Amino acid sequence: MFGLILEMFTYPFMVRALCMGVLVAVCSALLGVTLVLKRYSMIGDGLSHVGFGALAIATAMNAAPLAVAIPVVIAAAFLLLRLTENSKIKGDAAVALISTGALAIGVMVVSMTTGMNTDVYNYLFGSILSMSHGDVVLTGTVSAVILVMFVFFYNRIFAVTFDETFARATGLNAKLYNTVIAVLTALIIVVGMRMMGSLLISSLVVFPAVTSMRTCITFRSVMICSAVVSTICLVTGLVISYLYAAPTGASIVLCNIAAFITFAAVQKGRECLQSSEKSL
Amino acid sequence: MSLISCEDLAFAYDGVTVLRHLDFKVEQGDYLCILGENGAGKSTLMKGLLGLKKPSAGTVSFGEELRAKEIGYLPQQTPVQKDFPASVREVVLSGCLSGMGMRPFYAKAEKDRADRNMQALEITDLKDRCYRDLSGGQQQRVLLARALCATKKVILLDEPVAGLDPLVTINMYRLIERINKEMGITVIMVSHDMQAATKYASHILHLGEDRQLFFGTCEDYRHTAAYHSFMDGEKAVHIWKKAAGKEKKPRAASPEPEEKGEKEKKEVQQ
Repeated sequence: MFGLILEMFTYPFMVRALCMGVLVAVCSALLGVTLVLKRYSMIGDGLSHVGFGALAIATAMNAAPLAVAIPVVIAAAFLLLRLTENSKIKGDAAVALISTGALAIGVMVVSMTTGMNTDVYNYLFGSILSMSHGDVVLTGTVSAVILVMFVFFYNRIFAVTFDETFARATGLNAKLYNTVIAVLTALIIVVGMRMMGSLLISSLVVFPAVTSMRTCITFRSVMICSAVVSTICLVTGLVISYLYAAPTGASIVLCNIAAFITFAAVQKGRECLQSSEKSL
Repeated sequence: MSLISCEDLAFAYDGVTVLRHLDFKVEQGDYLCILGENGAGKSTLMKGLLGLKKPSAGTVSFGEELRAKEIGYLPQQTPVQKDFPASVREVVLSGCLSGMGMRPFYAKAEKDRADRNMQALEITDLKDRCYRDLSGGQQQRVLLARALCATKKVILLDEPVAGLDPLVTINMYRLIERINKEMGITVIMVSHDMQAATKYASHILHLGEDRQLFFGTCEDYRHTAAYHSFMDGEKAVHIWKKAAGKEKKPRAASPEPEEKGEKEKKEVQQ
């Protein structure tokens, strides 16, 4: 088995997938913590569907996929943030409208032009073969920005996530932080979509955060734990998909589900222990 | 010059004025209670003082020694915070951010400040506990400590005792009194609780239906019509509640005490 794993990394596309995957996993986990805590989890999901629509249109127009998808998804991120903040259509409904709308437009465009082919299948469920050298460079840049931001603005991100009103009252520009987080989420989703597929990418945002919140009690530990869990799940998922010729995205999500169940069990066990101690 | 002075202040939402002709001053060391019924514009005024909402007319001006962002604020709790994974220390420290400029990390001065305030509010032993596991009263203390970290002069409290049980409420009021008297911090509090307000506050601002009914010292306030109508209202509610309670007793009240009694017995047995 170890031989097989070693062999796996003799393929350049596998190494590329691993590097990109780890970067995307870490960044989306970090962003995921703030998004989940601010009740914005569905924004990730909505944006990935918009990404699918944009990719479909790009293919139909024979344009570079990312050149079209990135601006469209960033625009959608702005729109969703504005809608969730102040509008007559409430947050979750707005997300549902936009995500299903974009999906429908994508499907329509695809069926009128190329038809349902492997390209479309790859957009929906991801493929590690579809990543080019340009994608790797882009992923590296976006991840670097996200990591630097989370190191230097960690305390401010905490303040804005925990209590936006207080943060604004003490002079933090909460709107700017929200916007930056939404834009970075949009970028990481577009980048990660190539590998995970637009239907599965939001799991990378939501799962690690929710998993680590089962057992961690400080914000810092939640952040670190999410990044670590996300990386471990990604690598395991990648290996499983190689060994058993399983779809990559789905394997990674299954690993995340396993991690979630484990953490939830640990939490339950702790609670039981505590309550039994109390009753003694 | 006063610490905060408001002149002919008005606020509007989408062109509809919700508050107008507000004139009041807050001096260093005051304990001002803002009273009024639901929808009287208390929270709007709060936002105005914090600079989160622009007035549609008039001005809020701060004394020389106070900047707008140096007000410590105790907001009402949001649903997001109920299950937020953060240690008490992390929450309290986040109050220090306002004085840090662009510096990204906490220095020793900020950490000391947080420790001092946790000590003052007697929550030092909770500092590594998770915020979501605390009781309502403890959570309020944590947020109060955070507010103290954000200011040296003024704290603004938005219904600090909402949802707390009576004993915890009294402790909270005592704590706020201590902050005002011992630490010399000016307190501005929004409240429904008329009795506590007239007991602890030095000044009262009473809002009603989009305007200011009264502003002045607490003694003067006790002689006003606004006070009596409000108190009568409270009395009426009290009498009504009593009457309602009596009516219910024969039907609803009888099984409850028994159940409680049984529970207590079980606990004793264990």
